[in-house]
Amino acid sequence: MTKIIKAPTRRSALKTLALGGGAAAAGASLPLWARYAQAQTSEPIRIGFQVHRTGIGAAYGRWYDRTTTAAVKRINDAGGINGRMVEVIAEDDGTDPKRGAEVVEKFATQHNCDIGFGTLFSHVVIGSAPRAGELKLPYFVVSEGHHVASGMLNRYTLQPGITDVKSQVIAMAPFVSENLGKKITMIYPDFAFGHDHRDYFSEAIAAQGGEVVAQIAIPPTETSFTKYFPKIPRETEVVYHVMVGPAVLTFVKELGEFFGPSRPEMFGFIDSLEAVDMGSAGLEFLDGTYFWEGNPRYAQADQTSHDKMYREAVGVDENGASVSDPRDVSTYAHMFGCWETLNVVKAGMEASGYQGPADRAALIEAVEAMGDMPLSDDHPQGAKRFNGKTHQVFGHQYISKVEDGRMNVVHTTSIEDTLYPDEVDYTAQSL
Amino acid sequence: MDFGPYLMLASLEGAVTAAVLALTAVGLSLVFGVMRVVNVAHGEFFMLGAVLAWWMTSLIGGHPALGFAVALIVVPVLVGLLAAAADVTILKRIAYDPERTIVATIGILYILQQVTLMTYGPDARPVEPPFNTRLALPWVEFSDGRPQLYWPWGLSTTSYKLGVIAAASVVLIGVWIVMARTRIGLVMRATQMDRDMALAFGIPVEKVYGLVFGLGAGLAAMAAVLIVPIQQAHYLMGGDPLLLSFIVVIIGGLGSLPGTVVAAILIGLSDGIISVFFSPTLAKILATLLVALVLVFRPQGLFGVRRA
Repeated sequence: MTKIIKAPTRRSALKTLALGGGAAAAGASLPLWARYAQAQTSEPIRIGFQVHRTGIGAAYGRWYDRTTTAAVKRINDAGGINGRMVEVIAEDDGTDPKRGAEVVEKFATQHNCDIGFGTLFSHVVIGSAPRAGELKLPYFVVSEGHHVASGMLNRYTLQPGITDVKSQVIAMAPFVSENLGKKITMIYPDFAFGHDHRDYFSEAIAAQGGEVVAQIAIPPTETSFTKYFPKIPRETEVVYHVMVGPAVLTFVKELGEFFGPSRPEMFGFIDSLEAVDMGSAGLEFLDGTYFWEGNPRYAQADQTSHDKMYREAVGVDENGASVSDPRDVSTYAHMFGCWETLNVVKAGMEASGYQGPADRAALIEAVEAMGDMPLSDDHPQGAKRFNGKTHQVFGHQYISKVEDGRMNVVHTTSIEDTLYPDEVDYTAQSL
Repeated sequence: MDFGPYLMLASLEGAVTAAVLALTAVGLSLVFGVMRVVNVAHGEFFMLGAVLAWWMTSLIGGHPALGFAVALIVVPVLVGLLAAAADVTILKRIAYDPERTIVATIGILYILQQVTLMTYGPDARPVEPPFNTRLALPWVEFSDGRPQLYWPWGLSTTSYKLGVIAAASVVLIGVWIVMARTRIGLVMRATQMDRDMALAFGIPVEKVYGLVFGLGAGLAAMAAVLIVPIQQAHYLMGGDPLLLSFIVVIIGGLGSLPGTVVAAILIGLSDGIISVFFSPTLAKILATLLVALVLVFRPQGLFGVRRA
């Protein structure tokens, strides 16, 4: 920060400006270098927001953007972080891993961001995180992938605002085997996120005495799905489906057309219909099926005041759609992660007395020291427990049943249901 | 699923792919045959057809069939006019020089894709089909030495998918009639055979070029309108049809309509069947390998005529 001030000393500059008259009043018209001269720390905290504005993750990106904007507004309205305003610098990564790494580099070297934040799609996280580690840029992802807790990434990558697939499926397996059936066919997207589902659900259901009778991988860019469904064995009791990409609606519709009136039980991850209106033509067959939800899309009868506040702040109605356009359905099960992650960043920066990029290591250590986070306006989805060693947060999961085109929560797991043994200790790595 | 029903389902899915692919590829083939232009932007005209169909159906409202019927007629015309305008303002200016037209159509590809991204946005949006009933299909099995019909689990199609196959067949027959039986078709074929001679006989070759470029793009747009109630309109959807169309056109023989249709059925069905029994990636690998083999052993394509 001081490097920009070259010719005049700070004192002489202030004097000159004061002599010039009206310096205090004319803050906005001062040259850039002088604007923060009275106190270096009034410069905003810059958060580099890596957003999937285009590409296959665009629907998520739009809502991650709205949630982030709302969360930052709330933080700034309450006085910012350590007395400094928060500024979001958003860059589109096109949901592309190569571009993702470039965006992270831009944040660190060009925009002078304090942290990087907000990536969702697992292949983009896996492509970008190594660069963030090399640049020593704290990288707060909101991705669900197990790649953080698996030890695949580095000490600079953290996931404190959203739970990972492994913990989600561990918590789902008992419900599926007890209530729906033991013989399961899995349909999942053929990339890292889908492979997490494949590996950890198969493992978890086997532990419950169930069996995965077929695994059907579908490329996330696929547009036509019926041709995959004959691989579903006749003995299947439960179809477990999770899909992402622009064609999710086609996927679920064709699944319904394939089975017709004789469908097996179905358990889906809401990813298969995230940002899709449950009232869309062709989805009627979903009535009576079950979904995992990270956060219930439809406001429930026992809605907390925190969820109500959060919905209003982001601009989401009680059906999970935009208040300005009921057809614009949110990615409600995932986007709370942006809100909660930013509040964790705020808490971490306050705990470490964060001043600037020199304190990045202290910020990482402060977040690693966090543990239980109670249900609050900062954490409207529910209470969380952060594991500083694996850099991964754990929380409640929701199972909803589709009834009359609306999803009603029928089961909420405890945090303990989602825990598994540590696979890495990032704190042992150097900062 | 048993082998028989499985194969039938795969063939039905493949037939839908083949129908749409045939329309798209015939458009590409026509443009190449008559104009000798390799139109890299062809997939974007396809995408534009789908996006405009969404726009038109959401504008009209009412019963889904009404909006869809209007879209099926108006959208190909709109896209055709746009393509004809691109021909007059861009391709004509560079004198249809082969290298420069490739670069120019790549430019058109990016312009169309990015303008769609900036206006329509990055979302996939659905169009409601005009009619859509699930049709369970029977299969024959022999029990006690007598054939018996039964309804296997999952063996089904929808009335709309059959409608797509029928509509595409009708349009293809229409294109063939236009090319083989009408005066305008005669003019196009004359231009295809020898541009200079056609010009000498007083055929307005430049107008024919504009017409053919518009017609080619219109066919792609019509294919997209037909497929959009099954898939969804998305700004990146033009990539696959472009690649598959090139594969089909190369295998069938550049500029040969029957060859293009036969190759589209071959590729569509094999894509459906191979991706059902093995994997979709293998289907793409085999299709591309077939292109390579055709280029090596029969460069003019299966139905193409070797030029002297």
